[in-house]
Amino acid sequence: MTEWSEPLWEVFVRPRRGLAHTHVGSLHAPDAAMALRNARDVYTRRQEGVSIWVVPAAAVTASSPAEKDAFFDPAADKAYRHPTFYPVPEGTPHL
Amino acid sequence: MTPAAADRAEYVLRLGDDALIAAQRLSQWCARAPELEEDIALANIALDQLGAARLLLSYAGELAGAGRTEDDLAFLRDPPAFRNCLLVELPNGDFAHTMARLLILSAYQRLLYDWLVAVADERLAGIGAKARKESAYHLDHATQWTLRLGDGTAESHRRMQAAVDALWPYTAELFAPDPLCQRLDEAGYGVDPATLRDAWLVAVEPVLAEATLRRPVDGPAMTGGRHGRHTEHLSHLLNEMQVVHRAHPGASW
Repeated sequence: MTEWSEPLWEVFVRPRRGLAHTHVGSLHAPDAAMALRNARDVYTRRQEGVSIWVVPAAAVTASSPAEKDAFFDPAADKAYRHPTFYPVPEGTPHL
Repeated sequence: MTPAAADRAEYVLRLGDDALIAAQRLSQWCARAPELEEDIALANIALDQLGAARLLLSYAGELAGAGRTEDDLAFLRDPPAFRNCLLVELPNGDFAHTMARLLILSAYQRLLYDWLVAVADERLAGIGAKARKESAYHLDHATQWTLRLGDGTAESHRRMQAAVDALWPYTAELFAPDPLCQRLDEAGYGVDPATLRDAWLVAVEPVLAEATLRRPVDGPAMTGGRHGRHTEHLSHLLNEMQVVHRAHPGASW
Protein backbone atom coordinates (compact mmCIF):
# COMPACT_ATOMS: atom_id res chain seq x y z
CA MET A 1 0.00 0.00 0.00
CA THR A 2 1.26 3.48 -0.79
CA GLU A 3 1.61 6.28 1.70
CA TRP A 4 -0.72 8.79 0.05
CA SER A 5 -4.05 8.87 1.69
CA GLU A 6 -7.58 9.86 0.89
CA PRO A 7 -10.10 11.45 3.29
CA LEU A 8 -11.54 9.29 6.05
CA TRP A 9 -15.26 8.43 6.11
CA GLU A 10 -17.38 6.97 8.91
CA VAL A 11 -19.72 4.21 7.78
CA PHE A 12 -23.20 3.48 9.15
CA VAL A 13 -25.15 0.40 8.05
CA ARG A 14 -28.80 -0.44 8.61
CA PRO A 15 -28.95 -4.20 9.05
CA ARG A 16 -32.60 -4.46 8.00
CA ARG A 17 -35.78 -2.46 7.64
CA GLY A 18 -37.04 -0.99 10.88
CA LEU A 19 -33.66 -0.86 12.59
CA ALA A 20 -31.48 2.23 12.89
CA HIS A 21 -28.22 2.75 11.03
CA THR A 22 -25.34 1.63 13.24
CA HIS A 23 -21.74 2.73 13.08
CA VAL A 24 -19.69 -0.16 11.70
CA GLY A 25 -16.29 1.39 11.02
CA SER A 26 -14.45 3.77 8.75
CA LEU A 27 -12.65 3.78 5.42
CA HIS A 28 -10.73 5.95 2.97
CA ALA A 29 -12.18 7.26 -0.27
CA PRO A 30 -11.56 10.26 -2.56
CA ASP A 31 -15.17 11.44 -2.44
CA ALA A 32 -18.66 10.56 -1.18
CA ALA A 33 -19.68 8.47 -4.20
CA MET A 34 -16.59 6.29 -3.91
CA ALA A 35 -16.95 6.11 -0.13
CA LEU A 36 -20.43 4.66 -0.56
CA ARG A 37 -19.17 2.04 -3.00
CA ASN A 38 -16.18 1.17 -0.85
CA ALA A 39 -18.50 0.79 2.12
CA ARG A 40 -20.61 -1.63 0.10
CA ASP A 41 -17.54 -3.71 -0.65
CA VAL A 42 -15.91 -3.55 2.77
CA TYR A 43 -18.90 -3.73 5.11
CA THR A 44 -21.84 -5.43 3.35
CA ARG A 45 -20.18 -8.33 1.53
CA ARG A 46 -21.91 -10.84 3.78
CA GLN A 47 -25.41 -9.40 3.57
CA GLU A 48 -24.93 -7.20 6.62
CA GLY A 49 -27.19 -4.43 5.43
CA VAL A 50 -29.93 -2.90 3.32
CA SER A 51 -28.84 0.73 3.55
CA ILE A 52 -25.55 2.60 4.01
CA TRP A 53 -24.67 6.10 5.17
CA VAL A 54 -21.19 7.55 4.80
CA VAL A 55 -20.21 10.70 6.68
CA PRO A 56 -16.92 12.61 6.40
CA ALA A 57 -15.01 11.78 9.57
CA ALA A 58 -14.02 15.45 9.72
CA ALA A 59 -17.71 16.34 10.13
CA VAL A 60 -17.98 14.39 13.37
CA THR A 61 -17.58 16.42 16.56
CA ALA A 62 -16.53 13.99 19.26
CA SER A 63 -16.41 14.31 23.02
CA SER A 64 -12.91 14.43 24.41
CA PRO A 65 -11.51 11.63 26.57
CA ALA A 66 -10.16 14.40 28.85
CA GLU A 67 -13.72 15.52 29.53
CA LYS A 68 -14.91 12.04 30.38
CA ASP A 69 -15.30 12.65 34.13
CA ALA A 70 -17.19 15.91 33.73
CA PHE A 71 -19.35 14.53 30.94
CA PHE A 72 -20.36 11.12 32.19
CA ASP A 73 -19.59 10.56 35.87
CA PRO A 74 -22.34 12.86 37.24
CA ALA A 75 -24.95 10.47 35.86
CA ALA A 76 -23.57 7.58 37.88
CA ASP A 77 -25.41 8.25 41.17
CA LYS A 78 -28.74 9.43 39.76
CA ALA A 79 -30.63 6.19 39.64
CA TYR A 80 -33.89 8.12 39.86
CA ARG A 81 -33.45 9.06 36.23
CA HIS A 82 -34.11 5.48 35.23
CA PRO A 83 -37.78 4.72 34.70
CA THR A 84 -37.72 1.96 37.29
CA PHE A 85 -39.77 3.56 40.08
CA TYR A 86 -43.19 3.03 38.59
CA PRO A 87 -45.41 0.06 39.44
CA VAL A 88 -46.09 -1.86 36.26
CA PRO A 89 -49.68 -3.13 36.01
CA GLU A 90 -50.03 -6.89 35.87
CA GLY A 91 -50.22 -8.31 32.37
CA THR A 92 -48.83 -5.27 30.54
CA PRO A 93 -47.04 -6.64 27.50
CA HIS A 94 -43.79 -5.40 25.94
CA LEU A 95 -42.32 -3.84 29.11
CA MET B 1 -35.46 -27.07 -32.83
CA THR B 2 -32.86 -27.47 -30.13
CA PRO B 3 -29.38 -26.72 -31.47
CA ALA B 4 -26.67 -29.37 -31.33
CA ALA B 5 -25.24 -29.94 -27.87
CA ALA B 6 -21.73 -29.43 -29.24
CA ASP B 7 -22.68 -25.94 -30.46
CA ARG B 8 -24.21 -25.07 -27.11
CA ALA B 9 -21.20 -26.42 -25.22
CA GLU B 10 -18.82 -24.37 -27.35
CA TYR B 11 -20.89 -21.22 -26.79
CA VAL B 12 -21.11 -21.64 -23.02
CA LEU B 13 -17.40 -22.43 -22.92
CA ARG B 14 -16.64 -19.05 -24.51
CA LEU B 15 -18.66 -17.22 -21.87
CA GLY B 16 -17.11 -19.27 -19.09
CA ASP B 17 -13.55 -18.74 -20.32
CA ASP B 18 -14.07 -14.97 -20.54
CA ALA B 19 -15.17 -14.96 -16.90
CA LEU B 20 -12.45 -17.35 -15.72
CA ILE B 21 -9.53 -15.49 -17.28
CA ALA B 22 -10.94 -12.12 -16.20
CA ALA B 23 -11.16 -13.48 -12.64
CA GLN B 24 -7.56 -14.69 -12.70
CA ARG B 25 -6.26 -11.35 -13.99
CA LEU B 26 -8.24 -9.33 -11.44
CA SER B 27 -7.12 -11.55 -8.59
CA GLN B 28 -3.52 -10.63 -9.43
CA TRP B 29 -4.29 -7.23 -7.88
CA CYS B 30 -4.87 -8.87 -4.52
CA ALA B 31 -2.62 -7.15 -1.93
CA ARG B 32 -1.31 -4.79 -4.66
CA ALA B 33 -4.17 -2.32 -5.13
CA PRO B 34 -3.58 1.38 -4.40
CA GLU B 35 -5.70 1.28 -1.24
CA LEU B 36 -7.10 -1.40 1.03
CA GLU B 37 -10.66 -0.50 0.01
CA GLU B 38 -9.86 -0.91 -3.69
CA ASP B 39 -8.07 -4.15 -2.95
CA ILE B 40 -11.25 -5.58 -1.47
CA ALA B 41 -13.38 -4.18 -4.29
CA LEU B 42 -11.20 -5.79 -6.97
CA ALA B 43 -11.11 -9.10 -5.12
CA ASN B 44 -14.91 -8.99 -4.86
CA ILE B 45 -15.22 -8.43 -8.58
CA ALA B 46 -12.74 -11.22 -9.29
CA LEU B 47 -14.81 -13.57 -7.14
CA ASP B 48 -17.99 -12.56 -8.98
CA GLN B 49 -16.30 -13.44 -12.26
CA LEU B 50 -15.06 -16.71 -10.81
CA GLY B 51 -18.55 -17.55 -9.58
CA ALA B 52 -19.98 -17.03 -13.07
CA ALA B 53 -17.08 -19.00 -14.58
CA ARG B 54 -17.77 -21.98 -12.34
CA LEU B 55 -21.45 -22.11 -13.27
CA LEU B 56 -20.70 -21.70 -16.97
CA LEU B 57 -17.82 -24.17 -17.14
CA SER B 58 -19.74 -26.81 -15.17
CA TYR B 59 -22.59 -26.43 -17.62
CA ALA B 60 -20.28 -26.46 -20.65
CA GLY B 61 -18.78 -29.71 -19.38
CA GLU B 62 -22.22 -31.28 -19.01
CA LEU B 63 -23.33 -30.16 -22.47
CA ALA B 64 -20.18 -31.54 -24.09
CA GLY B 65 -21.00 -34.92 -22.55
CA ALA B 66 -17.42 -36.07 -22.14
CA GLY B 67 -17.63 -36.11 -18.36
CA ARG B 68 -15.35 -33.12 -17.82
CA THR B 69 -15.88 -31.07 -14.68
CA GLU B 70 -15.32 -27.35 -14.16
CA ASP B 71 -11.90 -28.20 -12.69
CA ASP B 72 -10.95 -30.34 -15.68
CA LEU B 73 -11.84 -27.49 -18.00
CA ALA B 74 -10.08 -24.81 -15.97
CA PHE B 75 -6.92 -26.65 -15.05
CA LEU B 76 -6.27 -29.31 -17.67
CA ARG B 77 -6.67 -27.50 -20.97
CA ASP B 78 -3.78 -25.97 -22.89
CA PRO B 79 -3.98 -22.43 -24.34
CA PRO B 80 -5.31 -23.40 -27.82
CA ALA B 81 -8.33 -25.06 -26.17
CA PHE B 82 -9.34 -21.84 -24.41
CA ARG B 83 -12.09 -19.79 -26.06
CA ASN B 84 -11.81 -16.49 -24.18
CA CYS B 85 -11.47 -13.18 -25.99
CA LEU B 86 -7.97 -11.70 -26.14
CA LEU B 87 -9.08 -8.68 -24.10
CA VAL B 88 -9.26 -10.60 -20.82
CA GLU B 89 -5.88 -12.33 -21.14
CA LEU B 90 -3.81 -9.16 -21.64
CA PRO B 91 -1.63 -8.21 -18.66
CA ASN B 92 -3.17 -5.89 -16.10
CA GLY B 93 -0.90 -2.97 -16.91
CA ASP B 94 -1.33 -0.02 -14.58
CA PHE B 95 -4.48 0.70 -12.61
CA ALA B 96 -5.91 2.78 -15.48
CA HIS B 97 -5.48 -0.20 -17.83
CA THR B 98 -7.27 -2.46 -15.38
CA MET B 99 -10.16 -0.02 -15.07
CA ALA B 100 -10.40 0.56 -18.83
CA ARG B 101 -10.59 -3.18 -19.39
CA LEU B 102 -13.19 -3.58 -16.66
CA LEU B 103 -15.26 -0.83 -18.24
CA ILE B 104 -15.11 -2.48 -21.67
CA LEU B 105 -15.72 -5.99 -20.34
CA SER B 106 -18.45 -5.25 -17.80
CA ALA B 107 -20.44 -3.08 -20.23
CA TYR B 108 -20.36 -6.03 -22.64
CA GLN B 109 -21.13 -8.68 -20.02
CA ARG B 110 -23.96 -6.59 -18.60
CA LEU B 111 -25.70 -6.47 -21.98
CA LEU B 112 -24.95 -10.09 -22.74
CA TYR B 113 -26.28 -11.41 -19.43
CA ASP B 114 -29.34 -9.17 -19.74
CA TRP B 115 -30.20 -10.87 -23.01
CA LEU B 116 -29.30 -14.35 -21.76
CA VAL B 117 -32.09 -14.06 -19.19
CA ALA B 118 -34.56 -14.43 -22.07
CA VAL B 119 -33.06 -17.46 -23.84
CA ALA B 120 -34.92 -20.76 -24.07
CA ASP B 121 -32.12 -22.55 -22.22
CA GLU B 122 -33.36 -22.18 -18.65
CA ARG B 123 -30.06 -23.05 -17.04
CA LEU B 124 -28.25 -20.39 -19.05
CA ALA B 125 -31.04 -17.90 -18.36
CA GLY B 126 -30.61 -18.53 -14.64
CA ILE B 127 -26.87 -17.88 -14.83
CA GLY B 128 -27.59 -14.66 -16.73
CA ALA B 129 -30.09 -13.54 -14.08
CA LYS B 130 -27.52 -14.00 -11.34
CA ALA B 131 -24.55 -12.54 -13.19
CA ARG B 132 -26.19 -9.43 -14.61
CA LYS B 133 -26.59 -7.81 -11.20
CA GLU B 134 -22.92 -8.42 -10.53
CA SER B 135 -21.94 -7.03 -13.91
CA ALA B 136 -23.99 -3.91 -13.23
CA TYR B 137 -21.86 -3.31 -10.17
CA HIS B 138 -18.60 -3.99 -12.01
CA LEU B 139 -19.66 -1.46 -14.64
CA ASP B 140 -20.45 1.09 -11.98
CA HIS B 141 -17.08 0.59 -10.31
CA ALA B 142 -15.17 0.91 -13.58
CA THR B 143 -17.23 3.96 -14.55
CA GLN B 144 -16.47 5.73 -11.27
CA TRP B 145 -12.74 5.25 -11.72
CA THR B 146 -12.74 6.09 -15.43
CA LEU B 147 -14.40 9.42 -14.63
CA ARG B 148 -12.01 10.21 -11.82
CA LEU B 149 -8.85 9.23 -13.65
CA GLY B 150 -9.89 10.65 -17.03
CA ASP B 151 -11.05 13.94 -15.55
CA GLY B 152 -8.43 13.97 -12.79
CA THR B 153 -4.84 15.17 -12.99
CA ALA B 154 -2.84 15.56 -16.20
CA GLU B 155 -0.99 12.34 -15.37
CA SER B 156 -4.11 10.31 -14.59
CA HIS B 157 -5.76 11.61 -17.77
CA ARG B 158 -2.71 10.65 -19.83
CA ARG B 159 -2.68 7.12 -18.39
CA MET B 160 -6.43 6.60 -18.76
CA GLN B 161 -6.36 7.77 -22.39
CA ALA B 162 -3.37 5.52 -23.11
CA ALA B 163 -5.24 2.57 -21.60
CA VAL B 164 -8.40 3.16 -23.65
CA ASP B 165 -6.32 3.61 -26.81
CA ALA B 166 -4.34 0.42 -26.16
CA LEU B 167 -7.40 -1.74 -25.45
CA TRP B 168 -9.80 -0.41 -28.08
CA PRO B 169 -8.52 -2.71 -30.89
CA TYR B 170 -9.48 -5.66 -28.66
CA THR B 171 -13.12 -4.58 -28.36
CA ALA B 172 -14.03 -5.66 -31.89
CA GLU B 173 -13.56 -9.32 -31.03
CA LEU B 174 -16.35 -9.11 -28.45
CA PHE B 175 -18.85 -8.27 -31.18
CA ALA B 176 -17.38 -10.14 -34.12
CA PRO B 177 -20.08 -11.82 -36.25
CA ASP B 178 -19.85 -15.57 -35.84
CA PRO B 179 -21.87 -18.38 -37.48
CA LEU B 180 -22.07 -20.38 -34.23
CA CYS B 181 -23.54 -17.48 -32.25
CA GLN B 182 -25.90 -16.62 -35.08
CA ARG B 183 -27.26 -20.18 -35.20
CA LEU B 184 -27.81 -20.23 -31.46
CA ASP B 185 -29.37 -16.78 -31.45
CA GLU B 186 -31.87 -17.78 -34.14
CA ALA B 187 -32.80 -20.88 -32.19
CA GLY B 188 -33.19 -18.87 -28.99
CA TYR B 189 -30.28 -20.56 -27.22
CA GLY B 190 -27.77 -17.76 -27.16
CA VAL B 191 -27.09 -14.15 -28.05
CA ASP B 192 -25.37 -13.04 -31.24
CA PRO B 193 -22.82 -10.58 -29.81
CA ALA B 194 -22.80 -8.60 -33.06
CA THR B 195 -26.26 -7.33 -32.08
CA LEU B 196 -24.89 -5.88 -28.83
CA ARG B 197 -22.32 -3.49 -30.26
CA ASP B 198 -24.61 -0.47 -30.72
CA ALA B 199 -25.98 -0.75 -27.20
CA TRP B 200 -22.44 -1.22 -25.89
CA LEU B 201 -21.31 1.99 -27.57
CA VAL B 202 -24.31 3.78 -26.08
CA ALA B 203 -23.12 2.60 -22.65
CA VAL B 204 -19.40 3.30 -23.05
CA GLU B 205 -19.14 6.43 -25.19
CA PRO B 206 -20.87 8.79 -22.71
CA VAL B 207 -18.54 7.59 -19.95
CA LEU B 208 -15.49 8.38 -22.09
CA ALA B 209 -16.94 11.76 -23.02
CA GLU B 210 -17.73 12.69 -19.42
CA ALA B 211 -14.24 11.56 -18.43
CA THR B 212 -12.86 13.97 -21.09
CA LEU B 213 -11.38 11.01 -22.94
CA ARG B 214 -11.14 10.71 -26.70
CA ARG B 215 -13.08 7.80 -28.13
CA PRO B 216 -10.52 5.93 -30.25
CA VAL B 217 -11.06 5.46 -33.96
CA ASP B 218 -12.08 1.95 -34.96
CA GLY B 219 -9.04 0.45 -36.69
CA PRO B 220 -7.65 -3.03 -37.28
CA ALA B 221 -9.16 -5.56 -34.86
CA MET B 222 -7.21 -7.95 -32.66
CA THR B 223 -9.01 -11.30 -32.77
CA GLY B 224 -8.43 -15.04 -32.61
CA GLY B 225 -9.27 -15.96 -29.02
CA ARG B 226 -12.63 -17.53 -29.87
CA HIS B 227 -10.78 -19.98 -32.12
CA GLY B 228 -7.93 -20.73 -29.74
CA ARG B 229 -5.35 -18.36 -31.23
CA HIS B 230 -4.09 -16.55 -28.17
CA THR B 231 -1.31 -14.19 -27.17
CA GLU B 232 1.66 -15.51 -25.22
CA HIS B 233 0.19 -13.81 -22.14
CA LEU B 234 -2.41 -16.56 -21.80
CA SER B 235 0.30 -19.22 -21.57
CA HIS B 236 1.96 -17.45 -18.67
CA LEU B 237 -1.36 -16.89 -16.95
CA LEU B 238 -2.36 -20.55 -17.30
CA ASN B 239 1.05 -21.74 -16.11
CA GLU B 240 0.51 -19.97 -12.83
CA MET B 241 -3.17 -20.85 -12.54
CA GLN B 242 -2.77 -24.55 -13.36
CA VAL B 243 0.55 -25.47 -11.78
CA VAL B 244 -0.77 -26.77 -8.46
CA HIS B 245 -3.57 -28.77 -10.01
CA ARG B 246 -1.26 -30.34 -12.54
CA ALA B 247 1.41 -31.11 -9.96
CA HIS B 248 -1.11 -32.77 -7.63
CA PRO B 249 -3.85 -34.29 -9.79
CA GLY B 250 -7.03 -34.99 -7.88
CA ALA B 251 -5.82 -33.37 -4.66
CA SER B 252 -8.42 -31.70 -2.48
CA TRP B 253 -8.30 -29.31 0.46
